[in-house]
Amino acid sequence: MLSWGNFISQMFNGLVSGALLALIASGLTIIYGTLGVLNLAHGAMFMLGGYGGWIAYTYTGSYTVAVAAGTIFVLLVGVAMERGIIRHFYNRPPEDQLLVTFGLGIVFVEGVRLVFGSLIKMTPPPEIFRGITNLGFMVYPTYRIAALVIVVVALGALYLILYRTRIGMIVRAGIEDSTMVGSLGINVFKVFMLVFGIGAAAAGFAGIVNAPIVSIAPDVGDRYLVLTFVVVIIGGVGSFPGAVLGGLIAGQLLSLTSMIDPAYSEIVLFVAMTLVLMFRPRGLLGTAGRE
Amino acid sequence: MNRRHRPFVAEILTAIGLLVAPFVLRWLGVPPNTINPILIFGLLGIGFDLLFGFTGLLSFGQSAFFGSGGMVAAYVLTRTSMDNTLVALLVAAVASGVIGYLVGLVALRRTGIYFAMITVAIAEVFFFAEFNPLAHWTGGENGLPGVPTPNLRLGFTTIEFTTNEQMYWFFGACYFIGIVLALRIVRSPVGLILRAIRDNPLRASALGHNIHGYKLAVFIVAAIYTGIAGGLLGMMQGFMPPDAFKFETSGEIVMQTAIGGAGTLFGPLLGAAVWIYLSDLFKITLNLGAMWKLILGIVFVLLVMFLRRGIAGGLVDLWGLAAARLLPPRPARSGVEDAAAPPPAVLLPRARRGSGVGGPADEAPRTGTILRASDLSKRYGGIIANRNIDFEVDYGEIRGIIGPNGAGKSTFFKMLTCEVAPSSGTITFEGNDITGRDVSDVCQLGLTKSYQINQLFERLTVRQNLEIAALGVLRGTFRLDLLGSMSGVEGLDGHVAGTAALVNLTPRLDTAVSELAYGEKRRLEIGLALATAPSLLLLDEPLAGMSPGERVDTVALLKSIAKGRTMIIIDHDMDSLFELVNRVTVLQEGSILVEGTPDEIRADRRVQEAYLGGIEGESA
Repeated sequence: MLSWGNFISQMFNGLVSGALLALIASGLTIIYGTLGVLNLAHGAMFMLGGYGGWIAYTYTGSYTVAVAAGTIFVLLVGVAMERGIIRHFYNRPPEDQLLVTFGLGIVFVEGVRLVFGSLIKMTPPPEIFRGITNLGFMVYPTYRIAALVIVVVALGALYLILYRTRIGMIVRAGIEDSTMVGSLGINVFKVFMLVFGIGAAAAGFAGIVNAPIVSIAPDVGDRYLVLTFVVVIIGGVGSFPGAVLGGLIAGQLLSLTSMIDPAYSEIVLFVAMTLVLMFRPRGLLGTAGRE
Repeated sequence: MNRRHRPFVAEILTAIGLLVAPFVLRWLGVPPNTINPILIFGLLGIGFDLLFGFTGLLSFGQSAFFGSGGMVAAYVLTRTSMDNTLVALLVAAVASGVIGYLVGLVALRRTGIYFAMITVAIAEVFFFAEFNPLAHWTGGENGLPGVPTPNLRLGFTTIEFTTNEQMYWFFGACYFIGIVLALRIVRSPVGLILRAIRDNPLRASALGHNIHGYKLAVFIVAAIYTGIAGGLLGMMQGFMPPDAFKFETSGEIVMQTAIGGAGTLFGPLLGAAVWIYLSDLFKITLNLGAMWKLILGIVFVLLVMFLRRGIAGGLVDLWGLAAARLLPPRPARSGVEDAAAPPPAVLLPRARRGSGVGGPADEAPRTGTILRASDLSKRYGGIIANRNIDFEVDYGEIRGIIGPNGAGKSTFFKMLTCEVAPSSGTITFEGNDITGRDVSDVCQLGLTKSYQINQLFERLTVRQNLEIAALGVLRGTFRLDLLGSMSGVEGLDGHVAGTAALVNLTPRLDTAVSELAYGEKRRLEIGLALATAPSLLLLDEPLAGMSPGERVDTVALLKSIAKGRTMIIIDHDMDSLFELVNRVTVLQEGSILVEGTPDEIRADRRVQEAYLGGIEGESA
């Protein structure tokens, strides 16, 4: 069972799920870093992306349209959420923000359950990515390779937005000191709205890209929310590179442990988190300042 | 002011409520199997409320203790020969307390949002551990069936609680004991410190309290409450479900408490009642199974947005409004307090250690150096805030520190009180090397600071604020008198009354801090530092933001405090400062420029150039 080929393919599985976790976690972490809000409905964003894409797919039959529709839908949900509700919580204690986003998460999940039922929904991969590919050293499902590439491209795009654009500069400055950014005459609220939308859309995008691998159900996001926390704690809250590193570590830990005994995979991950907390409480790539 | 309220009203009302509830509810047609879960969730909610409502620690991981306590009790009752349910509950309490201690060690390393995330993650570990590695003991996804109903072995006879009606009395008794103990905790000195941690953890620790210890203690208490409730759940259902470990359980606890009202102890019971009533209404009466959680979610979001303190908080506010309208305003009670307060001069918290707080005021004054900073530097990355500062203050001296904005005065103070660790150099206070010590230890040694920006406990009264400060001196950095009373703390009232008189806040003792005027808050800020009976008091811009009139009053106040004390004062108001101090140290660009008497400083050309002669010192 512990063969070399098995090991390689588990490494690959870990890479795919790690990249996915990295993308979800970077969405969570840029929202937290900029706005100071931990979005407990982030798992629901992941789920909504999957459903948005699935609906678009059932009408058009196009994978590309599904990914675009799912992402844009969650972007809009994120923007609406920030405008309608989160904005009123910036000056309230962090506990209130947790409570309200937790409640919103339930509303999203239960709303979807009411409309679409609890049964799983399948979004098939596009024609060209079906089947398996021989990589020379192993045979691997084609869509997983495609998903890995897509997610890496998305992470790259997020990196470019954050590090190469004006808005990204404002976001990174906002992570350091949002009051200061505001006093420089930049409309922080507009930026906040956009950041919340982009952060949510990152999770939504991951949700629809993942849908052909793991079929979706209303509570599909719950598990990812918890894993995302672990990723962010390991990597460092508010740090984009930290989210990526944490995601990759978590992906490998999960899949390599499950090769030995699946029962322990989550436990090993949480042990890793505890170790990080004990020896480097701010996370591997986190900065000391923000609590 | 809990302790001077009518005693035991809450306890008696709870007892009456629990006694009549089954009859009222039977009359209303509510079946007893709905009441029992309410009691169980109400009980674990008490612990959660101590944690969240009183200490401000929002844990999303209570399911770990609920499940663990329940599994331990169920294991004892089904897999061992022990069939005494009370013993099983006791074992569950101990087990969940130990688990709470271990989890707390990890989770309490961080605060706020980080803390919430860590608790979620840790609770998930328990969920997975229950399902797989521990399945042999916990039954995995099947749980543990065959848990007996509660019993009471009194030696001579055994009372069995087999039906739902009978179990109600057992659970009701558990709830009653739980609420009585929680009320005592809330009214104890620890309870007050917990609220201080909730409102302003930094100040609570600067006032000499080991806040980490108290947080860990309340975390364990909450875990024990939750674990016992888990044990009761198994007995009620005859089966310990693995669902107790689910994240949803933690979420339910949080939501029920927020719905009912956090910080009220009874809120969770109310929240659980609303929750279970709505659940039954939607699922059974209206047959809307799938919709009920959606509606609940919407209600919850609305409550968090508009009724922050939940139903119980809303009721309290309504009651307050009604009372204000219907009842004539009560005469101020301050007169009584004034009469009761002994002459302040006698009770001034002045010298400490050795003579004790209540000791004679006119003990022999000590001489020599009280504080010495040697070669103290602080760097933030490339920025040097303080450079090679050598600084000495003698007993009984009043020292002023001036310097332009950005001269490094506040950083220097923060290093002296150990809020910020110096990059290099040492600090010696009364012969002890305090470099790198904890701010609460330094306060315990007798060195404290009043802050430039008020650091008060906004949701508490003036009296409670001063009590929190005084408790630091009177009880030490950590003491676990969870069930003690405030009146049991010797010298507390005198200490508080003395300090209040000193900063001229006696008539305002029972006013909430949020209602004070700015000048009053400023005096309370100084009062908090004074109430720790410091042998060296640092004042960081005590006159900041005051009107000219308030300045005159505060200077007079500082003068009266100054007698027999050692103080270091930073301020920009040079005229007032020179009037108060014996010597002045001038800081410029992180280093000491010159030191001397006020007259020397006034005459010093370097100071005039650097500071006085140039831009007029900002007054705020």
